[in-house]
Order: sequence, then C-alpha cells, then structure tokens
Amino acid sequence: MINTMIHSLFLINSTADIFLEKHWKSVVSRSVCDYFFEAFSKASDPENVPPVIPTPHHYLISIFWEKTFFVAVIQNEVSPLFVIEFLHRVAETFQDYFGECSETSIKDNLVIVYELLEEMLDNGFPLATESNILKELIRPPTILRSVVNTITGSSNVGNMLPSGQLSSIPWRRAGVKYSNNEAYFDVIEEIDAIIDKSGSTVFAEIQGVIDACIKLTGMPDLTLSFMNPRLLDDVSFHPCVRFKRWESERVLSFIPPDGTFRLMSYHVSSQNLVAIPVYVKHNISFRESGASGRFDVTIGPKQTMGKTVEGIVVTVHLPKVVLNTDLTSTHGNYTFDPVTKILVWDIGKMNPQKLPNLKGTLSMQSGVPKPEENPSLNIQLRIQQLAISGLKVNRLDMYGEKYKPFKGVKYVTKAGKFQVRT
Amino acid sequence: MSTGSAYNDDKGGSSSLGEPEYGHDPASGGIFSSDYKRHDDLKEMLDSNKDSLKLEAMKRIVAMIARGKNASDLFPAVVKNVACKNIEVKKLVYVYLVRYAEEQQDLALLSISTFQRGLKDPNQLIRASALRVLSSIRVTIIVPIMMLAIKEAASDMSPYVRKTAAHAIPKLYSLDPEQKDQLIEVIEKLLADKTTLVAGSVVMAFEEVCPERIDLIHKNYRKLCNLLIDVEEWGQVVIINMLTRYARTQFLNPNQNESLLGESAEKAFYGSDEEEGKEDKEEAAVLVKRKPYVMDPDHRLLLRNTKPLLQSRNAAVVMAVAQLYFHLAPKAEVGVIAKALVRLMRSHSEVQFVVLQNVATMSIKRRGMFEPYLKSFYIRSTDPTQIKVLKLEVLTNLANETNISTILREFQTYIKSMDKDFVAATIQAIGRCATNIGEVRDTCLNGLVQLLSNRDELVVAESVVVIKKLLQMQPAQHSDIIKHMAKLTDNIQVPMARASILWLIGEYCEHVPKIAPDVLRKMAKTFTNEEDIVKLQILNLAAKLYLTNLKQTKLLAQYVLNLAKYDQNYDIRDRARFIRQLIIPLDKGGILSKYAKKLFLALKPAPVLESPFKDRDHFQLGSLSHLLNAKAVGYQELPDWPEMAPDPSVRNVEVPEWTKCSSREKRKEKMEKPFYSDSEGESGPTESADSESEMASESESGSGSGSSNEESGSRSDSEDSNETGKEEKKTRKKVKKAVHESGDSEQSGDDEEEKKSQKKKKEHKPSSGSSSENEEESSTESSESESESESEESDADTKKKKKCPASKQVSKQPKPEKKEISLLDLDDFIPPASPQVTPVNNVVSNSLVTDLEGLSLTDSALSPTMISPNFGSVKMYNLLHRITGEGLSVEYCFSRQPFSPDPHMVAVQVQFSNNSETEVKNVRIEEMKLMSGMRIQSFPEIEVLAPGEAATVVMGIDFCDSTQAANFQLCTHTRSFFVSIQPPVGELMIPVFMSENEFKKEQGYLMGMNEISEKITLAEKSHIDYVVAQKVTSAANLSRVPCGSDKEFRFAAKTLSSGSLVLVTVITKEERTAQVTVNCEKMVIGTMLVKDILQAISH
Repeated sequence: MINTMIHSLFLINSTADIFLEKHWKSVVSRSVCDYFFEAFSKASDPENVPPVIPTPHHYLISIFWEKTFFVAVIQNEVSPLFVIEFLHRVAETFQDYFGECSETSIKDNLVIVYELLEEMLDNGFPLATESNILKELIRPPTILRSVVNTITGSSNVGNMLPSGQLSSIPWRRAGVKYSNNEAYFDVIEEIDAIIDKSGSTVFAEIQGVIDACIKLTGMPDLTLSFMNPRLLDDVSFHPCVRFKRWESERVLSFIPPDGTFRLMSYHVSSQNLVAIPVYVKHNISFRESGASGRFDVTIGPKQTMGKTVEGIVVTVHLPKVVLNTDLTSTHGNYTFDPVTKILVWDIGKMNPQKLPNLKGTLSMQSGVPKPEENPSLNIQLRIQQLAISGLKVNRLDMYGEKYKPFKGVKYVTKAGKFQVRT
Repeated sequence: MSTGSAYNDDKGGSSSLGEPEYGHDPASGGIFSSDYKRHDDLKEMLDSNKDSLKLEAMKRIVAMIARGKNASDLFPAVVKNVACKNIEVKKLVYVYLVRYAEEQQDLALLSISTFQRGLKDPNQLIRASALRVLSSIRVTIIVPIMMLAIKEAASDMSPYVRKTAAHAIPKLYSLDPEQKDQLIEVIEKLLADKTTLVAGSVVMAFEEVCPERIDLIHKNYRKLCNLLIDVEEWGQVVIINMLTRYARTQFLNPNQNESLLGESAEKAFYGSDEEEGKEDKEEAAVLVKRKPYVMDPDHRLLLRNTKPLLQSRNAAVVMAVAQLYFHLAPKAEVGVIAKALVRLMRSHSEVQFVVLQNVATMSIKRRGMFEPYLKSFYIRSTDPTQIKVLKLEVLTNLANETNISTILREFQTYIKSMDKDFVAATIQAIGRCATNIGEVRDTCLNGLVQLLSNRDELVVAESVVVIKKLLQMQPAQHSDIIKHMAKLTDNIQVPMARASILWLIGEYCEHVPKIAPDVLRKMAKTFTNEEDIVKLQILNLAAKLYLTNLKQTKLLAQYVLNLAKYDQNYDIRDRARFIRQLIIPLDKGGILSKYAKKLFLALKPAPVLESPFKDRDHFQLGSLSHLLNAKAVGYQELPDWPEMAPDPSVRNVEVPEWTKCSSREKRKEKMEKPFYSDSEGESGPTESADSESEMASESESGSGSGSSNEESGSRSDSEDSNETGKEEKKTRKKVKKAVHESGDSEQSGDDEEEKKSQKKKKEHKPSSGSSSENEEESSTESSESESESESEESDADTKKKKKCPASKQVSKQPKPEKKEISLLDLDDFIPPASPQVTPVNNVVSNSLVTDLEGLSLTDSALSPTMISPNFGSVKMYNLLHRITGEGLSVEYCFSRQPFSPDPHMVAVQVQFSNNSETEVKNVRIEEMKLMSGMRIQSFPEIEVLAPGEAATVVMGIDFCDSTQAANFQLCTHTRSFFVSIQPPVGELMIPVFMSENEFKKEQGYLMGMNEISEKITLAEKSHIDYVVAQKVTSAANLSRVPCGSDKEFRFAAKTLSSGSLVLVTVITKEERTAQVTVNCEKMVIGTMLVKDILQAISH
C-alpha cells in the first residue's frame, strides 16, 4: 500500500544544519537526516552525495541547489524522478519569488516559503506548481507591498481560486493587461564538446533553448516559425506548445504564459558538423624532479562565423600536489585558489590579432610523485548575435488580439560543457 | 494491516518529538527559556482585535514551526482564530492546526464546525481548502465527518473541489483503513469524472487505496488515454505508471513470439508470424505454431497517446513514458525513447543519476537502442564520481566488436584520471569488455599488465583482481604475466590484490614451478601480519604446492599450517585443520585424501564478469525499487503478460449504454473537450446522464435535418456563454460556423445514408444478427479474425438484451434531468457527421482532436490492415523448382513484416524444402548481381537440411523502390542456382498510419503529375465496402485511413527505400463504377500500383 509521496521536506545548508522543515503528514523526526549527514560526510563533494539514500524506515531523496540541500522524506515506492523534479520545481519557485534560492532568502521569507509549500503539495502530492497560479494565490514579496501591508493590514494571500487552476491552460492567468505589448525570444545555443589532447574533436553537439519573455495583453495565440526547422533533431516543449502542430507543420503554436518562461529546448541533429569557435594550444607539464611544472595555454579563434568571441573564462582543476602558481597573462586576470586548486583565467573579449596567453610555472609539493594526468581545461565563452547551428526564426504571428505587439529575437551562442583534455 | 502499524509508528515518532529535537539545534537552546515569555505576548497578540497583530503573531508562530521549534502550547490561543475573517491569518491557522491537531485531538475538535461551515461556502477555493484542512487533521474521531465531506465534495460542481476530494481519499484511508469499501465507491465515481484536473488526483488515490482493483479502470481506460496529454504533469506520471501495470494484465506480450522461441529470436519472430498464410501445412511443423500476434487496438492507443509526452519538459514524465515503452512496446518501437532519455542527461545531476541507472538497465536488454548515442555517455572530468561510474557502466554495456576500439581509447584517458575510485571502476569495465569481446582480450590484458607498474596502489590492486579473472579464462598462454605478478607481492599491500595474486600462483603453480615455492617462502615469513583473506590464500597456496611439489615445499607447508593452527581467526584455524586432514592424513589416511588433488586443483570455471544491472528490469523501470535494486515498501509488482488476453470488450462493454455507440462515445469526448477548459465540468458529475440522453436523441432523431441545424446553433451559443475570453475558442467557433453553414445539409444527408447502409448490412448478414448500428463495428466483424468472432458473439448477446432497454431510455431518461442539461445534450447530439467537422480543429487544436481521430482508427481501420495481410494475402512465389533444384525446392513470399536489421529492406521469407533423398548442406546466398543501389541482407547459412525437411528463413532486400528483380546465386554444398526475386510493386512499401486530415493535406502536395487515377466497373455493387478494402490491402502493403464516408476508402503507405508517401484513394461512384487514385512522388510506382489495384479489385 502506498502512502504519501513526499512525507516531509528538510532544507539543509552546506554546513549540515537543518534550517527549515515541513511535514505534510505526521511529523517525521529530524533524526532521519542523520543518515543524510552520514552520506554527506562521506562524500568528497556535495555533488557526490547520492540523490537517493535508503534508511530503515524511510527513503531520502535529495537535490543540491546552490549550496542548499532539499531533502525529501519518502516512506514508500515512488518514482524517484518525480520527487527530484518536484524539488527542483520548488527551488525554481523560490528563486522566482525571492530572486535567489539561498539559505538567507529562505530564512528571510519563512512564512511565504511555508505558504508556498502548503500550496504546492497536498498530502505529499503536487497540487499547484505553475508559477502563474501560485502568484495569484500568494503574491511575491516586494518592499512596497510589505510596507503597505504593515500599515493597512491587508494580506499577501489571494482569496479567489486562480483562474488558471480551472482552465485548460493553467499556465496563463486571465485578465493580463500591458500598455506596451512585447514579445521577446532568446535563442541560446550551447556547444558541448570534448576536445582531445591533439586538438581533434572527440565529441561535440549543440543544445539550444528558446527562452521567451512575453508581456502581452489578453489571450494572444502565437505562432513562431523557423527558416530551417529541419536542424532540430530532438525537442522538448513547455506544455503550452501544441505538439501536433509541431509534428505536422514544424511551427511552434502556443498561448504563452505571462512573463518569462522556457518555450522549448532542442538538440541539433548530430549529422551537422559542429563548428568549434576556439582552439587551444596548451603545454602543461610536471617535472619529476625539482617540484615544479610548466603551464602555457593560448587560445585562438577557429570557426567564429566572423563574430567576436566574448566572455572567455578558462577554469582548470589543478592536481592536489600543486601548491601555487606563478603565471603571467597577456589578457585578462587569473586567480588561483590554493585550497580548492582551481585556477580561473578570465580573459573576456578575444582579440584575434593578439592571442591571449597564460604562461608560467607551477610550484609543487616536493617528494610526491608527479601527477599522471594533466588537468583538463573547461572553457566558457559567448558569441552574441549568432546561433552556431544556423537556426533562424522566420516570423512570429499573433492571433486573437487586435493590437500590434513589439517583437524581438536575440541569438547567443555559449560554450556548454566544453572541455579540452590536455 | 500494514497501514495501521505504519501509522502508529508515525505517531510514536511525533509524540517523542518536541524536547529531544532541540539537541540538534544548539542555537535554540539559549532562546528556549525566553520562548515561554515570548509565547505570552504571542497569546496576547492572538487575543487582540486587530488582524494585523494576529497576523504578526501567526507569522512568528509559523516561523517557529518551520525551524522545528515546539509551539504546541499555543494551541488553544491559535485555534480560536480559525474563523478569523482575514484570509492570511486563516491560512496560517490552518498550517498550525494541521501540524499540531494530532497531538491535541480534543482541542482540535473545537475547530471542526468552522470547516463544516466552510464546506458549504459559495467560494470554491474556500470549500476546497476547508476540505483540505479537515482531511489533513489526523483525528480519528472525525472519520465519519470526513467521509461525508469527501462524498459530498466528490459531486461538487467545481472540478477543483472534486480534485481536492480525490486528494482527501488517501488521507482518510491512512487514518482509517476500515473505510476502504466506501472510499472505493468514491474513487469509482471520480474515475468516471471527465475533467483533466481530477484525472491525475483520482488515479493517485486509486493507486494508494485499491491498486488491485484493476477492474475499475476498464471502462475509463480509453478516456484516460485520451485525456492524458492535457492532464497536468504530475498526474501524467501517476496515470502512465498505473496504465503500464494495467496494460500488463490486459494485453498480450507484443514480443511473445520472440521470447517463446528463445535464442534465434529474430528469425523466429518473422517465421512464426508468417506461418498462418501458408498453404503447405506440413512445413509449419518446423516452427512453433502460434496464432499470429495482433496488437489490441487499446494497447496501440496507449502507445500512441503517450508518445508525444516524450517531449515533455518534465523529466519524470519522460521517464514514465520511457518505462512504459520499455515494458509494453513491440521491440521495434522501443527505440524512440533513447533520444528522449539522452536528452535528460543534460539536466541536473540528480536527474542524470536516475536516468543513467535506468539507461544502464535498458542498455543490457536493448543495446542497439543507445548505440547511436554512444558519445553522449563519454565522461568529463567535472562529472561527479557517481555519474562517471554510471556512464562507464553504460559504455561497457554498449561495447561491441565495432565500437570497442573507440571505447578503449576513451578508457585509456579515464585511467589517468585523478579520481581514483573512477579509475578502479574503469579497470573493471575494461575487464568486462575483455570477457565479452574475445577479439580485444589480449589487448586489454596487455593494457592492464602495464597498469601493474602504476604508482597508485589502488589502481594496481584493481588491475590484479581483474587480471586474475581474465587469466582464469586462458591461463596457459600467460605464464609470464603470472610471473610478473608474483614479483608484485613484494610491493603491493592491498589485501584483495595480494590474495588474488596468491590464488593465481597456487592455481597455476605448474606454469611457474620455480617461482611458486619461493613466493610461499616469503609469505610464510609475513604470515602473521597478513590480513585474513591473504592468510586464507596462503593456506591455499601451501596446500596446492604440497600436492604438486612435495619435495620442495613440504616443510614450508607444514610450517604455515602450524602458524594457522594458532591464529586468532577461527575461519583460518578451521581451514588449516581441514587442509591438514586432507593433504597430510594421519595414520591410515582418510579416504578423502586420495582425492585431495582433485579437490584442490580441479578445473575451475572462469568467473563471469557481468553488469550489476543485469536482470534489474524485473523491477518496473523508473521506480525507487529499481534504483535501489531492492523492493521498496509499497512497490507494486509489474505483472507478467497474460498467456491469453483477457476479454478486450470489458473496456467498451462495461457501461451498457455505450456498447452500441463506441464511436459516439469518442465523438462525444471530442465535443466535450471545449468544456473542460471553461465550463468547469458540470459535465463531470452528470456524465452518465449525458451518454444516456445522447443515446436517446440519437435514436430519436434519425434524419431530422432541421434539428441538426438547431443543434449547431445552440452549440455555438453555449460556447459563447462559456467564453472566458479565450482566443482559441473563438477561432475554432468561427471556422466551425462556416463549416456548419456549408456542411449541415450534407451532414444530415450523410447521416441518413449511413443509416440506410447500416440497415442494408443488417439484411445482408442475418447470421450475425446483432444489428450493428455503427459502421466500425461491422467492419471489424467482417474482418474474419478469430479472436474477434468470439467477442462478437458475446457482443451480440448483450446487444440483444440491450435492445429493449435502449428504446425505453428514449422515453424515460431525458425527463429526470434538469433543464440546463438539455443544453449539453444538444451539444452531444451534433452527430455522426462529426468527422467532417474535425479538419477545422486542426487550426487550433491542442493535439487532442487528432488524437481522437486516431482512436477511431484503432477501432476500425487498424484491425483489417493488420489482420488481412497475415491471413489472406500472402502469396507464395516459386524461386527454385523441385526439378531444377534437384530435389531442393524454394519458395518465397513477402511477409510484410518490418525487416529489423535494416528498415529500408523488404523482408522476404524464403522457404526451403528438401524433397530429395540426400542431405542438402550449406545453403547460402552468393554472387549477388544487383542493380546499382540494391542491397541484399542474406540469411544465415543453413547448415544441413535433412531429406524431407523444410526450413524457413528471412532475408532483406533493398529494391531501391523499383520492381527490378534482384538476381543472385543460391548455393548448396554441391551446386549453385541462379535465381531472382521480383517484387510486386505493392510490396515495396510499408503502411503508414495517418488521419484523414493528414491524408488530405499530404494529398494536396502530390497533385498534378504525381496523381494517377483510373476508373473501373465493379462486378457487384453490394461488395464495395470492406471487400474492396481487403482487396486493396492484399494487393499492396497499405494501411487504411479512417474516414467518415463509406464511399471513399483511403490508404496510405510509404516506400521502403526512399520513404516517399503513397496515397491511395478508392471512391465508388454511382452504382458500379469506382475510381482509383494514387498520389505518389514516384510516378512509376504510382502507375504500376494503380494497375495492380485495379486488377485486384476487379477480380
């Protein structure tokens, strides 16, 4: 027999203190978290705490979100992804409400957090997770409102059932009004790649998302079409997108939620060759004797489609035996944290005439064998006004409302999990 | 019952809470004393008249609760405010109440009356939240009140309140399991609810209260399938999981043939299916004779309606669909989930973790599925270790002869990683690759031996363990490796590795006769300081050497045995005693000692290195139990497929009113769809009334075209009133109106005609007698399938019974209903013509309409297309005559099964029979002389065909969409024959399922040159319907497109090689003429196909 899905929720910070608890059924003692703490202390890194921990009477399913653990207590069989996905939704909602989802912001808004959790879950089963519905039930805190509320005694809590809750489009509230009607789309593509030592591409693919910020009056029905929809290999949609239209016509037809949301995520067909925007020349070596190493990394433009590469940051997890670095960079600044052994080189904009280079020596612990593997370089970058896959939005049409909205599309390419093995 | 105890546990836990908890929060200790004082001012604030003060107090109290501090002493002060006007205060009081009511039951009762009042409030939000709180207060005394409230709320006007009622059911159940029977009634009622809002919640309640009552699902099955896409995401997960279990009990295993015939899965899969069509019964004996598998249309419905959800943004939904496909879909279709699962790997690391666990399990069973995504499982140095290890597992599962070199290259990079746990896992993975793939065993072994000189001890130890396992497979060739490892004993300290080396040396001491005694000598020296597992292996080594090399090692062995005799560990003492008795018998010598050599040096089977994920799929994928590889509390076993499918008619027969009008039921849902959104489902509770009155009006109206005009008018009116400003509706309405204007008269005409033709059918088939009123049913009946005919009989029975009640309902049912419902009736009434309305919806529909169209497809069109090719139309062609073949005769046919190794190939089933006196050996294909582009996938060579025996194999030929013959040589051990296979044009395609709209749209693209049409005069006019359909599908591998009119038949397929669409339309005109139209990009195919079809029809 199954009982509640999610029995209780504990929020735990990275120093293993419980700072919030909520129970949807009978109270589960905090001591259940001891099992979590045990796993936590075993794990070398918070990311290594197993998401599912069985205990004698319960199961703990947790997520790690910006230095906070959300630990759900489960008593019975449940789909683990169900809980994980829900916890992420909770964290996203907090972020949406308070601007950030951190221990401080949660502690500052304990009551709203509690009210939200109460609405999001009933008897351990998700009730309302759409942010539009929640915002009608519980208004997000603003400074002005909290001042007004203290004076007038009015409340943050709506007393009518949100219209979305009953409609077949729960993501949109009724009666939206704007004086400037705007619809903006951001096409963001990320290149995931693994480049091997010799500079050849082991694996590369492009993942993209279209984020929308829609501020339109009434009930607009939008249709977004692409110049080259064939590029899209695998897609997933916000529930507002009509899947059948996509299947048959390859257009995105939807009644949008109000505000910002992720319209779709996609994967670009792997048959297309992926343009790698930068190349890296590297020479990292550790000498067996003398307790030092050499570090020399240069970055240059490769296939940038004539655009400038910006926001380049190179992150390197140096081996534990490295004590300190003595490097000079031609561009940007670098920092090295001797505790975490993370070297961050913030280059910024790339100048193709004068390639950025970081060079120098690494001082290492003596008497310890040299590390076998060279560290890999993780690269972040950004190219404005370019979707590296070549995807282009063709047009946006609006039906159902009379006014002319202001429309805009922005493209940007970033490096996703872009790793260079050295 | 388990609930009882579970509940008590909870209670125990909660009552012991309070004080001890403070231990965890050192900060609260200090404030604790002042808490009491502060509680006094909180009480004061709560007693004041000002809402703002009350609110402030409540906020502070809730903050205390959130931090886990005890605020129970405030209960009396708080509970007074339960009736407070301020909504926020009220909500916070609810929060408090739910938290502490269980501990202060008596006081909690004071608040009950407020909630009872709230249940009657006109505001649905207040009704719902009153029910929520009432049902969340875990006080046993109020169980009857809760029961009453739930029952009432279950018939509430507002679907939101009904949803809340569904949520309350498990709460009450956990409080008092005695209420189960009553709750099941409520669940049954809510299951019939037609709003998407309620569906997810009630299925959740069903799963918690009575998952064993699968019978409650039958009549709601199709509805749930169809609503699924519009249910909120969390509900979707629950429904999909439940339907997976349901399908496992109700449908047949789509891969049954494969699983029954065991190893030679693929061959058998095709073979047994094609069996039925053959004239030659004797040859059937070669393979197991089975009824051909025909997928239940409801099974297909589930697969089709869940597939779009693979595109959901919610990982849990995607996973739910993936597991559904894995457990329910035919092997050939499971592949679609791979892409979606790989997509989830981009998500948060927790999601990745769970998905990878499931991929690991799936990749063992269905390796091909994930092979194209191999690189997506490559490991980055920044991945958390647990993810790395799982990816490694998947990579190992995916390794095969073709990709092993790339995978090993990757592994080489991983071995250098700084993450040593990960390196250890990589070494094990290499070991597994080496055992699974013989070709790379030596390469792997060499690589591992190199690792023995690694600086990291952990790496070396792991390598030793893996090498040991590998060597066991072929020890003779590797004595140098063993020698190398013997040297390592001086340096390696990891016990497991030392033990492994010692075991190896002992086991293969004959290969290293010089070194082994020396190792024992060294070990004897350090014996006392070794770990237990090492000591045991030293004993083993000593015993083995004593047996093989007595001269050199006698004393050493005795010394070691003596040391062990006084060891602290009793295992070691036991072992020593045991060994001593065996090898150095006292006195007369035990009988066993003769066999000592056999005992110690028996040939040991090589260990099987297998994935920890093997066989994990007996747990439902995606479940917690699967993840833990242990049965979690409350896990519902995934049932095995039934041997015989349970009666499929339960899904339509259960509700008697619907038996006759299954098609209408669908239509009605289509009609009602608009109401979910705005008119908040008055339709829900009154739903049964709907269907009845709909029935009534249906049979009443017959042909009144006037009334149907009226309907359409009132329908759009009602939509008007329901408008909440939703644009979608408006456009739909506009277009609809237009259609009504043009199409109304036509529709009613059609209506009449349909009735007439149905009457005709009645006359034609007095035997079936069941007065099948709708066309679909009649077509299934006529499709001559065995299984159908059984159910048909029972159908006929029930129908006979129903006949009279049905006509009574006409007069009775509408009366008791209130007036407002008549509005709904009219909506539903619109009609038989509704398929014509649907094209319109295409503009706006949120996918549902097309889905529903699909539904009609399953019922009618699917069954003939799926059945007929297997039964009637398989024609055998001669490939090699008995005389020319010197006793070997070969025939072939086009089985119309997808050829799974290559979807572009036509599957040709070839049947060999040996009519000669001698054995025919090595039957194979050679020397293919093919046109450019053509390809042949040969069948595996038949080694021996005994006299009088026959064999059937399947080969694939890519004809490149041409009817050119494929020429090749058929060889036996003595002779070879030139043969050729020429396909009829109709076999160059595979059926495509599409709706009428899609068909028309596609047809629009293929006009002009691409359209070929011909006229034909039919022999008899009465046989134009399904017989034509059958003839066409037997002439060509087409699937029928569902269509409203009985004068038009549409079929669709696509060519195998290029995938161009082939659309066939057969329109009967006037009395005896018909027109056949083929639209196809490939004109040659079109022209030939028209000819073939004409020929088929006219015969």
